[in-house]
Amino acid sequence: MQTQTLVRRLTQIAAASVAATLFAANAYATDITGAGSTFIYPVLSKWSASYNAKTGSKVNYQSIGSGGGIAQIKAGTVTFGATDMPLKPEDLQKAGLAQFPAIIGGVVPVVNVAGLKAGEMKMTGAVLADIYLGKITKWDDAAITALNPGMKLPDAKITVVHRSDGSGTTFNFANYLGKVSPEWKTKVGEGTSVNWPTGLGGKGNEGVSAYVNQIKGSIGYVELAYALQNKMAFMKMKNQAGDYVEPSVSSFAAAAASATWAEPDFYEIITNAPGKASWPIAASTWVLMYKQPKDAAQSKEALTFFKDALEHGQAEAKALDYVSLPESLVKKIEAYWAANIK
Amino acid sequence: MLETTAMSARVEDKVAHDRDRREQRLDGLFRRVVMACALFVLVALLGAALSMLWGGKEAFQTFGPSFVWSTDWDAVNHKFGALVPIYGTLVTAAIAMVIAVPVSFGIALFLTEIAPGWLRGPVSAAIELLAGIPSIIYGMWGLFVFVPFLAENVYPWLDAHAGALPLVGPMFQGPPIGLGMLTAGIVLAIMVIPFISSVMREVFNTVPAPLKESAYAVGNTTWEVVWDIVLPYTRTAVVGGIFLGLGRALGETMAVTFVLGNAHQLSLSLLEPGNSIAATIANEFTEADSPVYISSLIALGFLLFVVTFIVLAIARLMLSRLSRQAGSHA
Repeated sequence: MQTQTLVRRLTQIAAASVAATLFAANAYATDITGAGSTFIYPVLSKWSASYNAKTGSKVNYQSIGSGGGIAQIKAGTVTFGATDMPLKPEDLQKAGLAQFPAIIGGVVPVVNVAGLKAGEMKMTGAVLADIYLGKITKWDDAAITALNPGMKLPDAKITVVHRSDGSGTTFNFANYLGKVSPEWKTKVGEGTSVNWPTGLGGKGNEGVSAYVNQIKGSIGYVELAYALQNKMAFMKMKNQAGDYVEPSVSSFAAAAASATWAEPDFYEIITNAPGKASWPIAASTWVLMYKQPKDAAQSKEALTFFKDALEHGQAEAKALDYVSLPESLVKKIEAYWAANIK
Repeated sequence: MLETTAMSARVEDKVAHDRDRREQRLDGLFRRVVMACALFVLVALLGAALSMLWGGKEAFQTFGPSFVWSTDWDAVNHKFGALVPIYGTLVTAAIAMVIAVPVSFGIALFLTEIAPGWLRGPVSAAIELLAGIPSIIYGMWGLFVFVPFLAENVYPWLDAHAGALPLVGPMFQGPPIGLGMLTAGIVLAIMVIPFISSVMREVFNTVPAPLKESAYAVGNTTWEVVWDIVLPYTRTAVVGGIFLGLGRALGETMAVTFVLGNAHQLSLSLLEPGNSIAATIANEFTEADSPVYISSLIALGFLLFVVTFIVLAIARLMLSRLSRQAGSHA
């Protein structure tokens, strides 16, 4: 009787451990690895947690920065890379990569001027470019007071704050300034880090928001989530249609909806978007994957994950102040997968 | 009886002989092991320097020697130069040493000569604890506590008073934003004080008591004893401790990144933001998107090596000249 129970117990343990090994091996086989953009990381980790709960597959994502993500996918060490700065279609062709957007975010200029609350100051792209070029140096400059009649602005120096690290946020900000200011385009240009004519650099969104919160008379730019969560004094921006809009999930969504996404490989930067409700400095993060992957099973698993995230991950994105892709775009991306990724 | 003693003596001889040989062998082995340990340092140093030189090859080839004195830093047009980071590194380290060396000397002097016995233990332990705080903590403290304090209370005063002085005035003119090279230098000083002061304290304790007691006996003050007896006796070790702190100040990354302002601009004013070599690398390496950009950052790392080497070499030269002077004086 006792030996029987013992034998049964032993068989149970053996069966359980065999099952565990099999399960572990199974889970390992479908693990997806990715690397890149820090911007997409919070929502991606939410998505992967719920995907893990549904399917048992894990997504290991290293938020090492867009440049690192591009390098890793080109080296073939990850299943997907993520970048805030899209690769040009010819570069994709050369590397054998496919590219599609996964999330919409954006950049919000914020200020620290005594007595000024969020959404009170109005700003245009051209004036913002002149501030960042160092041409407008005082808050009571005629260019700023003309946009804000009746507002009492101090005779104080403007301290310009930018990112010190290379960043997709900087890329989108510089891209927008280049679209609205020819001088910015020729003098500075666009990139994940640029040669700033003036100002000081904070490391990361948290660095910039810390600097802006501490330095009186400063202006900076951060991602929407940082501006909202830190209750920073953001500005209303004039969009391409000539209307002043506030940064919010809905004005970002309007910008994303106004984009046509007709370019090959979704190479479209959605700054300065048309449409009356569009936020002018909206941005997207792209995912890079091989068209003919070495490990087809992992690539397929990654696509299943992104399909799930794009179709069902809207609530999670919204909770983190991200904007999910419009339905029509998701349809387009799924068609793109079918046509391009084997 | 006699035979057995002789035999045992022979046996003992043989045993002693064997033991000698074995000890000689062990001694040889020991020597080689410790030599390997020492060589490892040299190999690691050389390997690090060469691999950085190799990584920075493209930058040196593209920009030539002007890489060292060019102030360009333009990732969009792929133009890079190292002068701004080198300048920032040297200036912040210099400020740190100007503050840290006297303060550390004071701490060590107090602890070894003046402090009552019950106070020595706790203060020494506190200093060692300070040395163990990670640099990011210093950086965050600097940014969230120290920077606002300086911006509100210290820098406006400096700008108004010291900024008006002749000659040194331009060094203290600037917007009171609280960030900049002076702030970075002060935070660095706080970080290196534990290193320098604990070395000084250790070596001050090695001074033979009779030397000091004789000096006190002939009526010297504490200051005279420290300056004329303790310091000359421990000079080499004290300078070694200062080198240790200087090396850390030159290479410190995280804390400096937080409070330096990270702006690629050359400015005489210590209140203006600047950049340092280590901070530039830490900030920009992850997103460096072109080969020449990455290469320029690695070349910066190599230049930090060179700068540190030159600074330490100059310090050693000064030390040897000093000791020769002291010799001739005696």
